[in-house]
Amino acid sequence: MEVKTEQFKEMAAKAACNETLNRTLRHAGESFRALREKGFSQLEDPEGSRRRGHEVKDRCLSRLPELLRLLEENVIEAGGVVHWARDASEARRIIMDLVKQYGVRTIVKGKSMMTEEIALNKELTRKGIEVWETDLGEFIVQLAGESPSHIIAPAIHMNREEVACLFEKKLGVDYTEDPEALTMIARRVLREKFLGADMGITGGNMAVAETGTLALFENEGNIRFATSLPRVHVALIGLEKVVGTWDDFGALLNLLPRSAAGQKMPTYLSLITGPKKAGEEDGPEAFHLILLDNGRSRILGDTVLRESLFCLRCGACLNVCPVYERAGGHSYGWVYSGPIGMLLNSALLPPGKARDLAFASTLCGACAEVCPVLIDHPKIILDIRRRLSEDPLWKGRLALEEVLPMKVYAWLSLHPGLFRSAALLARTFQTLMTSSGRWKWLPGTLARWGEKRRIPLLKKPFRTRWPGLEKAIRGGRKKH
Amino acid sequence: MLSGGFQERNLMTDRKKPKRVSLFIPCLVEHFLPHVGEATARVLARAGVEVDYPEAQTCCGQMAFKAGHHRDARRTARHFMEVFEASDFVVAPSGSCVGMVRKQYPVLFREDAMGLDRAAVLGRKTYELTEFLVKVLGIIDLGATWPGRAVYHDSCQLSRGLGVREEPRVLLSGVHRLEMMELERAETCCGFGGAFSLEFPVISEKMVEDKAAAVVKSGAQFLISAEPGCLMNIGGYLEKQGEKVKAVHIAEVLANRAGESWK
Repeated sequence: MEVKTEQFKEMAAKAACNETLNRTLRHAGESFRALREKGFSQLEDPEGSRRRGHEVKDRCLSRLPELLRLLEENVIEAGGVVHWARDASEARRIIMDLVKQYGVRTIVKGKSMMTEEIALNKELTRKGIEVWETDLGEFIVQLAGESPSHIIAPAIHMNREEVACLFEKKLGVDYTEDPEALTMIARRVLREKFLGADMGITGGNMAVAETGTLALFENEGNIRFATSLPRVHVALIGLEKVVGTWDDFGALLNLLPRSAAGQKMPTYLSLITGPKKAGEEDGPEAFHLILLDNGRSRILGDTVLRESLFCLRCGACLNVCPVYERAGGHSYGWVYSGPIGMLLNSALLPPGKARDLAFASTLCGACAEVCPVLIDHPKIILDIRRRLSEDPLWKGRLALEEVLPMKVYAWLSLHPGLFRSAALLARTFQTLMTSSGRWKWLPGTLARWGEKRRIPLLKKPFRTRWPGLEKAIRGGRKKH
Repeated sequence: MLSGGFQERNLMTDRKKPKRVSLFIPCLVEHFLPHVGEATARVLARAGVEVDYPEAQTCCGQMAFKAGHHRDARRTARHFMEVFEASDFVVAPSGSCVGMVRKQYPVLFREDAMGLDRAAVLGRKTYELTEFLVKVLGIIDLGATWPGRAVYHDSCQLSRGLGVREEPRVLLSGVHRLEMMELERAETCCGFGGAFSLEFPVISEKMVEDKAAAVVKSGAQFLISAEPGCLMNIGGYLEKQGEKVKAVHIAEVLANRAGESWK
């Protein structure tokens, strides 16, 4: 996927001014938040469950090499094939080789952020392969020629009218805004594609090492279709998706659907251990699991960024993020958006590439408050900012106007007398630049701040009021 | 509302009550809202503690820290630690500045064992005003009066950062003639975020716009918060838009007594 993280500021500002998008995202956020709350309220010990989720991810990532080898062994044992991909281009090459090997012409896909990471659809289309997204949201986004703007709700940025127009234009159907009718149209179109497809490509929510089983969570049944109907099933997952045991799986199953949409269980839970066995009627003839690194092993050894690999992709942090609500998912400029997107885009792309994302946060902490595996987003964002300002690998060339004020301020802060003089200087400037309490001129960014807010005036500082105040409160104390 | 257990747990009957408190006046209060500093001092004095003001204090270093400039922030933080070294308790009318000292100094000094020790000691004795009044002093009623309807805005740094949600509410519930109203999406950030509001002006404005709309919708006459930054942001917005709602710091409310005029 093309990286546009450097355009965050412009894209986010534009999105924030789009009233339709604002309304759509506000309503979607409200519903998701209510669902999540309901889901967690049914747990006996929500905090304990989240701690357990954290502990499972922490432990499994610490044993990652060992678990991945065990997973590979067991997938092979079950008749599947395992491929290791270092980066996006390797993963694309592996898939193209499989397409050739099996003589594939049509592919149906289940929702997968990993295939977004490797920009698979573009590559397949370029090579003349027909590829269909079969998750309703993904299907809409594909028809619109866009990318998903939310981890679990790819078309969250579009409202009913927009989808109706899109279907009318691209599928040649009569205009309807009825969600049920729109779903039926998509279903009719996709049903044919399922029946004609040679290969199903999906992601995966977890992989259980002890049995070599891939777990897929969904609500529409399209993944069940894509993994059982075509001759070949290819699953592409990030290295971090492996867990050791079914016990680990259970701990995360308890959290992911709840956190995503308030469900105890997803409507469909597919557990796939290898291809169709001898004597079985359903399932693909071949099962290929691609384990993709794409920067993950690099941050696995990083004590801070490592935690971003705990993410289960539930989307809860997006649904509570006030910045995401205004900026929308596309502004984040790469696969992931919202608070987790700040972390993953920063961690997986070349260092420094997603600079603006790390600063696009008020550090309000709403994300960390809902994360099912207790990722501490603000802590990690602050550490990324440190790298961007101080780490030679990350910071690139900092502008003097960014560095100098910090140095001057730090130096002044060591000299109370000078610190006071600086404030006095600022007040003198204020006297010159204001008339009857209003600013006549201010530097650009401050003036911008004041477009919608009254800019406060520097007052006679507290320090100068203290001697009188001290007398007054001492006197007051004696009287009592 | 508070359960009885909460109050019992926090009434420090078994520990000796603090006698002396050092004021930690955040930069925004020092220069833009000095009357909030005055109110803080008066409230503490009324709560029966002796208040001092270490005059060598400058800044806690939060701005540099949040911009990622740890080296600069550490220099400022060392000065801050020295200034307050001798204090028994350090109290500030801001959750974000207290959070900086208590939560972030240990991050700043993670590779400096001596600095880390000093930071831990300072962190344990540094409190936000309402937290100090309720948790440390066990006070829930200061005999304050504030006639009118109001909403309370949780600052993110105070509520999520320090876990202080009930303390300001219990103090406000003890204020005479003050009627507290419900605020929609009270837990949502107002969009200030320090440098965030300068670097991402449009997003920040949209956030404060929604917050201000919720405040106006509540029918309140006053927006009370314990955070200077939020007050400047929401208050500044309300004022520029010509709204009647006035933004006040909780210290101002708690310092106000019937028949007394000190402002």
